[in-house]
Amino acid sequence: MKGGGQRAEGTTTFGSIENVTRRHFLGGIASAGAFVLAARMMPDEVLAQTPPARPFFSRVEHAPFHPSIYLGIEPDGAVWIVTHRSEMGTGIRTTLPVIAADELDADWSRVRIEQGIGDARYGDQNTDGSKSVRDFYDTFRLAGATARTMLVSAAAAQWNVPASECAAQLHEVVHQASGRRLGYGALAGAAGKLPVPSATQVQLKARNAWRYIGKDFLAYDLGDIVTGKAGFGMDAKRDGMVYASIEHPPVLGAKVRSVDDAKALKVAGVRQVTTLDGYKPPLMFQPLGGVAVIGDSTWAVLQGRRQLSVNWDLGPNAAFESDAFKKQLISTVQQPQKVIRSVGNVDAEFAKGGKTVEATYYTPLLPHASMEPPVAVADFRDGKVSIWAPVQNPQATQDTVAAALGIGKDDVLVNVTLLGGGFGRKSKPDFAAEAALLSKKVGKPVKVVWSREDDLKFDFYHSTAAVYHKASVDGRGKPTAWLARSAWPPIASTFEDGAQYGLDLEHAMGLNDLPYEMTNHQVENGPARAHVRIGWFRAVANNYHVFASGSFVDELAHAAGRDPIEYTLELIGPGRVLDLKPQLRGADYWNYGAPYDKYPIDTARLRGVIEIARERSGWGRRKGGNGWGMGFAAHRSFNSYVASVVEVEVDKTGRVRIPRIVMVFDAGLVINPAAAKAQMEGAAVMGVGVAMLGEISAIGGQVQQTNFNNFRVPRMGDAPVQVDVHQVNTDAPPSGIGEPGVPPVIPALANAVFAATGKRVRELPLSKTKLT
Amino acid sequence: MPISLTVNGSQRSFDGDPEMPLLWYLRDEIGLVGTKYGCGAGLCGSCTVHRDGQAVRSCQTPMRTLAGRQIVTIEGLSPDGSHPVQQAWMKANVPQCGYCQTGQIMQAVAFLRSTPKPSDQQIDTAMSGNICRCGTYQRIRAAIKSVEGGRL
Repeated sequence: MKGGGQRAEGTTTFGSIENVTRRHFLGGIASAGAFVLAARMMPDEVLAQTPPARPFFSRVEHAPFHPSIYLGIEPDGAVWIVTHRSEMGTGIRTTLPVIAADELDADWSRVRIEQGIGDARYGDQNTDGSKSVRDFYDTFRLAGATARTMLVSAAAAQWNVPASECAAQLHEVVHQASGRRLGYGALAGAAGKLPVPSATQVQLKARNAWRYIGKDFLAYDLGDIVTGKAGFGMDAKRDGMVYASIEHPPVLGAKVRSVDDAKALKVAGVRQVTTLDGYKPPLMFQPLGGVAVIGDSTWAVLQGRRQLSVNWDLGPNAAFESDAFKKQLISTVQQPQKVIRSVGNVDAEFAKGGKTVEATYYTPLLPHASMEPPVAVADFRDGKVSIWAPVQNPQATQDTVAAALGIGKDDVLVNVTLLGGGFGRKSKPDFAAEAALLSKKVGKPVKVVWSREDDLKFDFYHSTAAVYHKASVDGRGKPTAWLARSAWPPIASTFEDGAQYGLDLEHAMGLNDLPYEMTNHQVENGPARAHVRIGWFRAVANNYHVFASGSFVDELAHAAGRDPIEYTLELIGPGRVLDLKPQLRGADYWNYGAPYDKYPIDTARLRGVIEIARERSGWGRRKGGNGWGMGFAAHRSFNSYVASVVEVEVDKTGRVRIPRIVMVFDAGLVINPAAAKAQMEGAAVMGVGVAMLGEISAIGGQVQQTNFNNFRVPRMGDAPVQVDVHQVNTDAPPSGIGEPGVPPVIPALANAVFAATGKRVRELPLSKTKLT
Repeated sequence: MPISLTVNGSQRSFDGDPEMPLLWYLRDEIGLVGTKYGCGAGLCGSCTVHRDGQAVRSCQTPMRTLAGRQIVTIEGLSPDGSHPVQQAWMKANVPQCGYCQTGQIMQAVAFLRSTPKPSDQQIDTAMSGNICRCGTYQRIRAAIKSVEGGRL
């Protein structure tokens, strides 16, 4: 594997780089320390000294040669590449620069990575939807190839030879005929004076000339992570900074009636207590409001909070009971609802009165519970604010903070730290707005720290859902009509007050995209009101929809006395590209925001991952039962295809142990297989957590789970002992990797439990189902 | 009366709130931020450090209990990542987001010192207090097994 190379460490001021020291590291993978944060400190100083029209020059833009905002080369040959997407563990901070470095034919050990601030010039920075490579592969290739083309031109001009006789070769331009060579650093000054060619004038490398794409790369920050030097949001610090901890409304929408802060103010180190206004509907990413305790250390403000006495007007969401709501959701999906996909006539087929199979599935609310809770540092001064925070979407952070403070977006500088996990939570920057509001109030840099309790109780939750499936089947057990009906408090409720129906994007996640040959098929979406903030969690609506559909296919197979994989392949039918659009009511198929001609639903690729999973898992070699079993599910999501086979052992007490999970994925071109493999391993563990352990419940509108004792995530002994990952190499364009591994694991595990015990799990977490 | 303790070999004196957990002293007062906050309740292991060679959760370790004690944090394990367990972590490419990994490493080092050739079951038990939300457990186990614990 390629490791991180040397790094620069130092500080800088506007217009010139001062005090830059370079450190060399042993072993190729050890790395430097404080650089990450030091480099991020730079933009703030820039902000203070530059006119608002051009608030920021990135490190890339300091280089004498920077043909784009993504890549710059210094006279010493250092290549700076921006990653404008957030690093939360997927490896994207490394993977995007690898693409540009390949086209540049750069020496990877001389590449340094700059984390992009929030800046619309970079294009979309919302690091969710597993689309960073999908949407920026071409951009980073072009960035590298453009720079390479200009370096070749500069060398050719210097040697007075045609550019066609020169070629880039590992950080040098070579003139083959004469054997002359010039390094990229030596050429940077001259290249920087050339006009930047248009995309059509730039030749991308042929695939057989790729140096890095498709090879394993270690994370750029690996050395910093294992030495504790990596800069997470929790680690950001500013001179004169104070700390804040916020008592949020215990019920969504609750308002402060009165506060008694006398005791809190007596706690050593507490300086101030201040009230933050609640949100104005719709929620968006606004702070929840509450009472902030500000002081000299995290400990002081956490102690101060315990001494606060707040009288709340709880408001209408205090009537929310998750148990009662579950019954309501289940009842909703027993009734006809809004049709979102229709082919043939399911009612006519059901009316014939043949054999039917039906089942209702339920999944609870879930939190994200990244190991680093929400945290942000803000420094407001002179009408502008700088933020340091672990955010997935720095541009939304600019918007949210600007709206909260009533200042312009360009006056919000968002420095993106490493994220200690994200999983969708950190797409919503309410916590950064809290820090900004408090910094403005107290006139000092403020660090807002959410406790684990805050994180679990005041999340933007993964929604709870009820899903009903019904099929009539022929003599061979194949569906003649199939109805799927789902209801869940939708993501739309966060953006439109009172919204109760799903968005196209939720419909397209495992609900209206069943890839089976069906002559009569209907999909319906019922209404559901949100009583907590609803967000998106890794793989989003796929998790509940695919738990249901993947379980139901297994139920159909067993009802027919068929092998589930054989049965699934038969349902899918021959390999072909599906055309869902004529069947969808009032909407295009969302397709994860990707063009359908480039990323169609291709059942041949779905069949492909299933067949490999069958082979690799040893499927069918041992009969399930007596506490041992294998389960299977496959799904296309985020334009990628994943099949999972889960093996379980269920002991006499009902404890489920998972010796192995096989994950087979086809995500088209994979830039960094090492990172993709890790994502699939992690997705398997997270899928196990969703299936077996996770649940958020509410009484009186108040979330009951407070910490990792009553909200459980997989620990080492709960996780699969072994996750085997198989990457399918195809010529398809790159598609999602971070999320698509999660959904199939969930029904595959439930199906394995059925194979082992004969107990059908229709409610998550499966700890609710008695297995003995 | 101030509390004297040793952190990564340096003598330190503390005279603040004796109930303050070591975690916040390390992070907020002396800038050793490699030790992470994850739960504040001893449930996740992100804040694991060594007290006289034993792995402890620094979020559950009040300063008043540390007079005369030797504390080692991730920053004191090795300045350059050369410790065999850190090397094993890099070789196995363990981290994803990386946030919990300093705590995982500190736990693993103390465990390997007492159990140089652990079984899978012993590893699961010893590491069960350290949560990794990214799900790197399989690699953590592999990294631990690759270390020759006798050398620690």
